[in-house]
Amino acid sequence: MMARITASVFTSHVPAIGAAMDLGKTREPYWQPLFAGYEPGRAWLRERRPDVVFLIYNDHANAFSLDLIPTFAIGTAARYEIADEGWGPRPVPAVQGHPELAAHIAQSVIQEDFDLTLVNRMSVDHGLTVPLSLMCGQPPADDFRWPFAVIPFAVNVVQYPVPSGRRCFALGQAIRRAVESFGQDLDVQVWGTGGMSHQLQGPRAGLINRAWDNAFLDRLIADPAGLAQVPHVEYVREAGSEGIELVMWLIARAAMADVAGGAAPRVAQRFYHVPASNTAVGHLILEET
Amino acid sequence: MPLDKPYRDIPGTTIFDADQSRLGYWLNQFCMSLMSAANRTRFKTDERAYLDEWPMSEAQKQAVLDRDLNRCIALGGNIYFLAKIGATDGRSFQQMAGSMTGMSEEAYRDMMVRGGRAIEGNRYLSDWQDRPPGKETE
Repeated sequence: MMARITASVFTSHVPAIGAAMDLGKTREPYWQPLFAGYEPGRAWLRERRPDVVFLIYNDHANAFSLDLIPTFAIGTAARYEIADEGWGPRPVPAVQGHPELAAHIAQSVIQEDFDLTLVNRMSVDHGLTVPLSLMCGQPPADDFRWPFAVIPFAVNVVQYPVPSGRRCFALGQAIRRAVESFGQDLDVQVWGTGGMSHQLQGPRAGLINRAWDNAFLDRLIADPAGLAQVPHVEYVREAGSEGIELVMWLIARAAMADVAGGAAPRVAQRFYHVPASNTAVGHLILEET
Repeated sequence: MPLDKPYRDIPGTTIFDADQSRLGYWLNQFCMSLMSAANRTRFKTDERAYLDEWPMSEAQKQAVLDRDLNRCIALGGNIYFLAKIGATDGRSFQQMAGSMTGMSEEAYRDMMVRGGRAIEGNRYLSDWQDRPPGKETE
């Protein structure tokens, strides 16, 4: 038996969402519609719990300062602590890795000419923990752990040059080949996080582009290879300076079967909500058929 | 050959590219130091003395003391690094982002609840509708 990719999950990773959960505010009128949009995804995940989630996110000046700026960094450790981003670490479980699968993916894609950085020690910030919280809820105190192993995959979208959509898409295809050549019986999901439209800086802060975001979701489902050709400047102009995070969704999307010539995935959930703090929240689940 | 910067005609937006990062290296590394609780305490006890330990420009130090985030960004700061100052002050990302728009905290929050800043009139410098007063040349 070999490992297989069963689904991809896409979600924004706004820090205020984590704070709302940690402070018990999820039923407040401001937050209730957002969390309601993740209830179907939580129910779906309970039925289709993977062994491993390959989680694509970006670090926000927590694990990586300006000392070291890896374009693509794969976590090959057994465990990752929760970062103190300046407000104290989020009260969520540490993340258990999957070093064997991570090492296999690293070997496979590096030998396919993607120059990954290997990381054996790093803390993980809201970019990784907020998607886990949104999809899993808060783990119970008497079983305080995430329900699957996680391979963190950090992409530099903070300091330019950031990788192109085209490069992210090709990398996702290589990750699929890597997972499918791993000789253990494992269900693997690939999660792409960040976005959607938002800008956190300058006089244009607060930008939201609902039409562009929804067109992005449409194309991510139906025309991901075409979407991968969109240049950076369009993300920044249309979706805000921090909207560039959406290139990470292309890695997860390209790991699905249809991109490799297989059947199109089923859309198990699609949700869009404005605002969470400064940000438009998008969420999609694509299930292999 | 200079860096290609196709993003320079986007209004009210500074892209954190290699030139900005070089300019802001010590400003951003100072911000990173605030991830330690001991350093946050030292900074809050005497901000000026703490800043003087870093090889930052006087303009950068003054921008930090003034909590002028637009100025910090113009001098090479990046919002995710500058957020460490906000965390030290107990301010949220929304309060920080709003402080750069010339809007009151309440007006910015209300704008977000109504769906955020519209894209129309905010794509190009040439058609910039939300240009704050005093920014005619940027």
